[in-house]
Amino acid sequence: MQVTFKILRFNPEVDKEPHFEEYRFEGHENMTVLDCLHKIKWEHDGSLAFRRSCAHGVCGSDGMRINGRNHLACSTLLKDINTKKPVVIEPLPAMPIIKDLILDMTDFYDKYKAVKPYLINNTPVTEDSERLQSNADAEKLFESAKCILCACCTTSCPSTWTNNNYIGPAALLKAYRFVFDTRDEAADERLDIIDTPDGIWRCHTIFNCIESCPKEINITWHISQLKKELSTREL
Amino acid sequence: MIHKFDVVIVGAGGAGLRAAVEIPKGTSCAVISKVFPTRSHTGTAQGGVCAALSNEEDDSWLDHAFDTVKGSDYLGDQDAIEIMCQDAPRAIIELEHMGMPFSRTKEGKIAQRKFGGHTKLENPKDPNSKRIPVNRACYSADRTGHVMLQTLYENCIKNNVNFYSEYFLTDLIIEDGICKGVTAIDMATSEIHTFQAKAVMFATGGYGRAFRITSNAHVGTGDGCALVYKAGLPLEDMEFFQFHPTGLWRLGILVSEAARGEGGILRNNAGERFMEVYAPTVKDLAPRDMVSRAIISEIRAGRGILGSDGTYYINLDLTHLGKKVIDEKIPEITGFARTYLGVEPTKECVPIQPTAHYAMGGIPTNYDAEVLADSKGTKVTGFYAAGECACVSVHGGNRLGTNSLLDIVVFGRRGGKKISQFLVTAEHHEFNSDPKEKTKALMNDLLSRNGTEKISEIRRDLQQSMMDKCGIFRNEKDLTENKELIKQYKERYRNIGLQDKSKVFNTDLIEAIELGNLLDIAESINEAALNRQESRGAHTREDFPKRDDAGWMKHTFITKNESGDPKIDYKPVVLTRFEPMERKY
Repeated sequence: MQVTFKILRFNPEVDKEPHFEEYRFEGHENMTVLDCLHKIKWEHDGSLAFRRSCAHGVCGSDGMRINGRNHLACSTLLKDINTKKPVVIEPLPAMPIIKDLILDMTDFYDKYKAVKPYLINNTPVTEDSERLQSNADAEKLFESAKCILCACCTTSCPSTWTNNNYIGPAALLKAYRFVFDTRDEAADERLDIIDTPDGIWRCHTIFNCIESCPKEINITWHISQLKKELSTREL
Repeated sequence: MIHKFDVVIVGAGGAGLRAAVEIPKGTSCAVISKVFPTRSHTGTAQGGVCAALSNEEDDSWLDHAFDTVKGSDYLGDQDAIEIMCQDAPRAIIELEHMGMPFSRTKEGKIAQRKFGGHTKLENPKDPNSKRIPVNRACYSADRTGHVMLQTLYENCIKNNVNFYSEYFLTDLIIEDGICKGVTAIDMATSEIHTFQAKAVMFATGGYGRAFRITSNAHVGTGDGCALVYKAGLPLEDMEFFQFHPTGLWRLGILVSEAARGEGGILRNNAGERFMEVYAPTVKDLAPRDMVSRAIISEIRAGRGILGSDGTYYINLDLTHLGKKVIDEKIPEITGFARTYLGVEPTKECVPIQPTAHYAMGGIPTNYDAEVLADSKGTKVTGFYAAGECACVSVHGGNRLGTNSLLDIVVFGRRGGKKISQFLVTAEHHEFNSDPKEKTKALMNDLLSRNGTEKISEIRRDLQQSMMDKCGIFRNEKDLTENKELIKQYKERYRNIGLQDKSKVFNTDLIEAIELGNLLDIAESINEAALNRQESRGAHTREDFPKRDDAGWMKHTFITKNESGDPKIDYKPVVLTRFEPMERKY
C-alpha cells in the first residue's frame, strides 16, 4: 500500500522554524512507524534524525507524536493508525527540539533525578542474604518498574503544557516505585519533594498519561496512591 | 576538548554501570555512552540471572559451574567459570540490596525458575544419576534485564557518576603498549572530545547487527571490539556467535527461554514435540545452540510451517500454560507476540525462528577484566573490558541462558576493583601526538564521500550473507564465498555517499562509522569460522561435524597483521576439575 508520512523537520544549522516535509513510499500494514522512518532515512533522505535502539518497545528511545498521539514508533504498526491520510509525525511536545525528532530531554531527566530514584535503606544487611519481601509487596512495584523513561506521559499532560515546572507523571511514577517499596526508608523525604505546588498537586487526573503510556501503566492510579499517602500521613 | 579522568568507562549497560558503581569516591570517573544509559541493550534481557541460591530447592555453585562448562562445550576457561558461579549468589544478593525488584518465593526470598542447560543430579549422592532441570534463574517477571539496568543506573545517580550520554566512541589510544585514553564524538554537536585516563574500560556490548535476523538493538554494532581489532590487538573466539532458538518469526525479537522454563513446548508442522528426539532428558530446555540446530534441522527436513512470505517457522506452544502463568510470569514477551505478529499466545502458537543473539567471543581478558595483548597473556597496561564485548572466557562455545546478566555484574565489579587497585600507583600518560587528528580525518573522509553506494544496502547485504553463509550451519564453500563477499562490501563501502553533512546529530555519519565497524567484525567472525575445522558449541561445520578435543580445544586469537589481513593464533583452554565429555542432554 502507498503511505505518506508528513514529518516535522528542523535542522538548526539551516532552519529558523520547524516545517513539515512529506514522503511517499510503498509500505505494508505490519510495518512499524520506526520501520517507515528507517525506510525514509535509508532510501530517501539520510539526513532525517531520530533516536532509536531496541526497536521493540523496551529501551524507550523513540517516543514521538504519531497522528497527534504520543507513542513509541517501534510499537506502533501501520495497521493500528489511520494511513488513509498522511501520517503526521512530530517530536513529543513541550520539550526543546534539537534536530528533527530529537529533543533535549535534560529537564525530563532532571525531574526524574529530583525524586531520588534509588533505594535508600541505611539498616545494615548481611552480605549473604536478601532482604525479605512478600511476592505481593514485590508485585505492587512491578507495574511502576516497567517504566522505560520514554517521556510519552509527561509530554502528553496538559499540566506540563501550561506549566513547565510541573514535575510530571514519569517522575511521580518513579517516586511511587520507591515510596511503596517495603525495603525503602526514605518515603517521607520523597513525599516532601513532591508535596509542592509544582509537584503532585498539579496532577488533575486528566488521564492523558495512561492513554499515551506504551507500557500500559496505569500512571494516574499510581499518582493517586501517592496523593492518598500524602493526605493521610502524620505531619 | 580534552578531559582528564582517572577512569573512563565506555558503555553504560550492565557491565559499565556495575564497574562505575565500584569506582571509589574521590576517584574521577566518566562513563561514555552512545545512548542514554537506560537505553542500553542490557535492558532487553528478559528471563533471569542465575545463581545457586537454593531458594526453591537444593542447588550448588559446583552444579552451576558444571553446567556452564558443559554448556560451553568445554571451551570455557574453568578457572573463570568457577569464580563466576561461586560469586553468583553474592552478586545477586548485592543487586537485591541495591534495590532491584525481584519476584519472590512464599518465604519472601528471591524467586527462581528453570532455564535451558541448568541442571542438577536427580540423586545428589549418586554421580551417575541423570541430571534434571533445576530452579536457578532469579527473575523479575520477564523484565529482569530492564530492572537490573534501571537499578544499576539508579545507583550511579546515587553515587554522582559523570555521564557523557550520546558520545560516540571513535578511537582507542594505545601507544607503546599503554592505554592512554579514548576519543569520542559528541553526537549533538559533532565536536571531538579526547578523554585522557589512567584506566580505560570497554563495556561496549555485542555485535548482533552483523546478522540479518537478530534480537540485538540497532546499537549492537561492536564498536569497541572493532576498535580493538583496528588497533592491532587480538579478538578471541569470534567464530562463536549464539543464535537464540526463539526469536519472533521474521523479526528476530527475543522470546525468552523463560517461556520454555515455564513449560512452553516447541512443535513442528505435525504438532510434534521434536526436542524429545534431540535432547531426550531436558527436551525443550536443552542449551540454545542445540535447540537452534534442531529447529533448522526440522525446517530443512520439511517439518517447518510455511509462512505468508514463503519462509518457514516453528511453533512455540504456550497455550497449555493458562492465562494466569502467561500474564504473571511472561507478560512482556507474550505482549510482543500480540503487538508484532497479531498472535494471541493463550490461544495460538507463537511463530518463532532462531535469531542472532549473543557474542561469546570478543576482547580477550583475564578474570580481572584486564585486556590481553596476545595469546601468551601479556596485559595491555591500563586497558580493561567487561560484559558482552569481552571474552574471559566464561561462555566458551555457547553461553547458557541467564549467564550473561551474571557475567556483567560479576566481571564488571571485578574490573572496577582491579582498576581501583591499579589507580593507587597509576599515572596519566602524555599522548605522542594529538589523538583528535585520527577522528577528524575519519569524519572528513566520510563526510566528503559522495559515492553511489548506500550505507543501508551494504549493511543489508552484509547481514544477509552473514546469516546465509556464516550462521547456524557453516561449511568451507560458504565461508570462502562469504570471505570474498565481505571484501566486496569493503570495496563498496569506499564508495558510499553521505546525504547528511550537518554537525548536529548527524546519524547518517554515525551509521557510516558503525557499518565500518561491522565490516571488520564480520571479517573476523568469518575468518575464525573458516579456520576452525570442527563443530563445537554454536560453531557448526557441516564438513567437520564432530568436536575435536585433540586438535581444537583451544581459543582462537585473531589479529590484523601489518598489511591488514587477519592472522590467527591460539591459547589453551584452562581446565580445573571438569573433564571433557560428550555433550548429551
